[in-house]
Amino acid sequence: MTTRGRHVKSAAIGGLTAVAALVVVTPLLLVFGFLLYQGAAAVNLDFFTHLPKPVGEVGGGMANAIVGSLILLALAAALGLPLGILGGMYLAESQDRRLPLILRFLADVLNGVPSIVIGIFAYTVLVLPMRRFSALAGGFALAVIMVPIVLRTTEEMLRLVPRTLREAGLGLGLSRWKVAVRVVLPTARAGIVTGVMVSIARVAGETAPLLFTAFGNRFWHGGLDQPIAALPLQIFAYAIAPYDDWHRQAWAGALVLIGLVFVVSLAARVATRGRYSAAR
Amino acid sequence: MDTSATLGRTGTVEGLPLSPLARRRSAARHWGDRVYGGLTRGAALTLVLVVVAIALVMARMAWPALRAFGWRFAITSTWDPVADRFGALPFIYGTLVSSALAMLIAVPLGIGASVYLAELAPLWIRPPIGFLVELVAAIPSVIYGLWGIFVLAPFLRTWVQPALGQALGFLPLFQGPPYGVGMLAAGLILAIMVVPYITAVGREVLRAVPDAQREAALGLGATRWETTRIAVLTYGRSGLVGAVLLGLGRALGETMAVTMVIGNRPEISASLFAPGYTMASVIANEFTEATGDLYLSALVEVGLLLFLITVAVNGLARILVWSVARVPAGSQA
Amino acid sequence: MADGILVKQLNAWFGAAHVLKDIDLSVTPGGLTAIIGPSGCGKSTFVRCLNRMHEVIPGARATGTVLLEGDDLYAQDPVVIRRRVGMVFQKANPFPTMSVFDNAVAGIRLAGVRNRARLREAAERALRQAALWDEVKDQLGRSGASLSGGQQQRLCIARALAVEPSVLLMDEPCSALDPIATAKIEELMLDLRRHLTIVIVTHNMQQAARVSEWTAFFLMGELIEMGVTKELFTTPRDSRTEAYITGRFG
Repeated sequence: MTTRGRHVKSAAIGGLTAVAALVVVTPLLLVFGFLLYQGAAAVNLDFFTHLPKPVGEVGGGMANAIVGSLILLALAAALGLPLGILGGMYLAESQDRRLPLILRFLADVLNGVPSIVIGIFAYTVLVLPMRRFSALAGGFALAVIMVPIVLRTTEEMLRLVPRTLREAGLGLGLSRWKVAVRVVLPTARAGIVTGVMVSIARVAGETAPLLFTAFGNRFWHGGLDQPIAALPLQIFAYAIAPYDDWHRQAWAGALVLIGLVFVVSLAARVATRGRYSAAR
Repeated sequence: MDTSATLGRTGTVEGLPLSPLARRRSAARHWGDRVYGGLTRGAALTLVLVVVAIALVMARMAWPALRAFGWRFAITSTWDPVADRFGALPFIYGTLVSSALAMLIAVPLGIGASVYLAELAPLWIRPPIGFLVELVAAIPSVIYGLWGIFVLAPFLRTWVQPALGQALGFLPLFQGPPYGVGMLAAGLILAIMVVPYITAVGREVLRAVPDAQREAALGLGATRWETTRIAVLTYGRSGLVGAVLLGLGRALGETMAVTMVIGNRPEISASLFAPGYTMASVIANEFTEATGDLYLSALVEVGLLLFLITVAVNGLARILVWSVARVPAGSQA
Repeated sequence: MADGILVKQLNAWFGAAHVLKDIDLSVTPGGLTAIIGPSGCGKSTFVRCLNRMHEVIPGARATGTVLLEGDDLYAQDPVVIRRRVGMVFQKANPFPTMSVFDNAVAGIRLAGVRNRARLREAAERALRQAALWDEVKDQLGRSGASLSGGQQQRLCIARALAVEPSVLLMDEPCSALDPIATAKIEELMLDLRRHLTIVIVTHNMQQAARVSEWTAFFLMGELIEMGVTKELFTTPRDSRTEAYITGRFG
């Protein structure tokens, strides 16, 4: 092939892969655009402040679902963050030989376990003994999903802190744990917070593990040991129902949810861009 | 200056005893280190235990069904809660077919896009498109399902399936009434969800290929694409296979979007137009309705199968990806 | 076939950093020219401007004229240039997923040569020229990365030679190698310079004295002095050259 032909081929393949990249991101436009178009009208004050109306009646909102999601996320964070961050610190600092490898592998594997399976786990561990669906069970399931993500991001962020900083701390006579907690952790704080935010955004959209743990609730929850509504659950229930008004609310709910996820993703990107982006 | 950081437990410096203050400091240091080490190691062990617990707990709950049906569970098609007879073949079939269809579409697109992002795109374009890919991957499954019900399925029903039926209807793949929902919709929506995954992980794998390799190719007079082909893709190929497997793992376990567009009928059909059912979907739909212990146990057994398959696929995938690159966890991978 | 290089007013930047300043120099066809100087003086950058590898780095650019036997390199297709001007890098970088054979012919394959017989012939020729043939002739199928460090570097040299360039650039080719491997490669250089123009960058002055006929001394992006190696090392004209050579700074 002539040199010119090789250049043409290179450009052609560049073009083809560019088209592939375009196709990959097109659903973003399609889905978000659709939600905006269908759901924007239904996102009003009522949506955020009212409870769902009885079947057949028009109006009402998803206030309980929004609050429910927030409560579930708070529970998940309370259970999952300490475990995830401590685990990440372990992976980044530990001198042990085998446990870190096992842990890293299992964390990645846990990351890939379908969330519905984790729902079954939470069901068996909490719902069965308690004999009821509950916010606790839902929060627990979400925490299990959250931990591997937080763990790996924490580890990555801690590893980005230069060795020399640790050595400086040790050289000054600080004990290893002080170096880890007072020197390394604060330096990596922005990255870790970002990782936490991203993981929260990810579990905020999880529906499957909540189907038989939190279960959903058409009213305000009665306590943490009671079933509780959640935004994705409500979206699901409304989407598969036969009522147009519910469909509209499902779109609105989806718009709110996707807006939340996008805002957090954008914030995470912006927060880490200066510090951690590669040159290439 | 306090040098007792490196002392060890003897409490002395070169045989000379330490002052009480220094000795206390040294002891406190050890105590602090030990607590820290214990806490972090404890967290690590807890996670390991959780993974083990998931397997054990599920195995125990599935035991009645395992004992009642044995191997035949995976190859029988009857799913009869009334008669307490359960066979998971339709769900296994549905999971495999929908995932296979998804991978067929997602792999070329995903690898192509990752090559573009990592090697061929102009530098200024890479961050924004990379970000868009992350956003696509971040859209929750239930929202894709919502879009699937109200946009994709009607589109398939009105335009795509009739056209396919006319043009290729002689193939059993494209026969049957155009419902819209069904295996085709499930496969497509899975493809859409899995492709950004493959792209993101693939991109990290390719970026991890050392520059020295690229230089070697460029130095020989290779074009941009030739450099990618001989230096980058070859070096990173096992990692790319890993990226594909990660995508497969995700496709196998995907629940909500598939449940909402697959039609939820436990049938095995050769046609892509027909409704189907997947392992994840049957659990999602029937778990809370399961009356009877054997019913629930059968569902958990389906979950156990799903767990084992995804663990195997993901485990293999991780090993392959690690052989080339360490993948940052924040990329949803 | 050896070509001469004429460099006129070559300037190079990394972003805003001006790393090569108004370089004028001439590389005699045939024979070996060494570029010496302390770290950061721009010698690697200079050499990479000769086959247009410098501009590959994001943010890097160069201006000026580089003539290869009268052809302006900066007016031509870089892909074509890099076949005429080959390069060997500091750390050997054979393609690890390819065999010794495939590595050796990688460059020729790019040019479109498919004929197995021709490829085999070219591989043998290149590997012989790189003094590696005897060591690998029975194991051409083994992975390029399974060789020792010195052998890998010779494989890279073979790979570069296979496309029959008229100039070979070597950027500190021995700095990652042990003395025995280094000696083998220096012997190779003495052999090769009979039919190629070779430009090597080295921080090892003794090496420059051993293998080169001409030497150029760079300091802080400028060409301070260039001349016949023996003369430069025994009677340098510039005081800075003398200071570097006698080890007063490094």
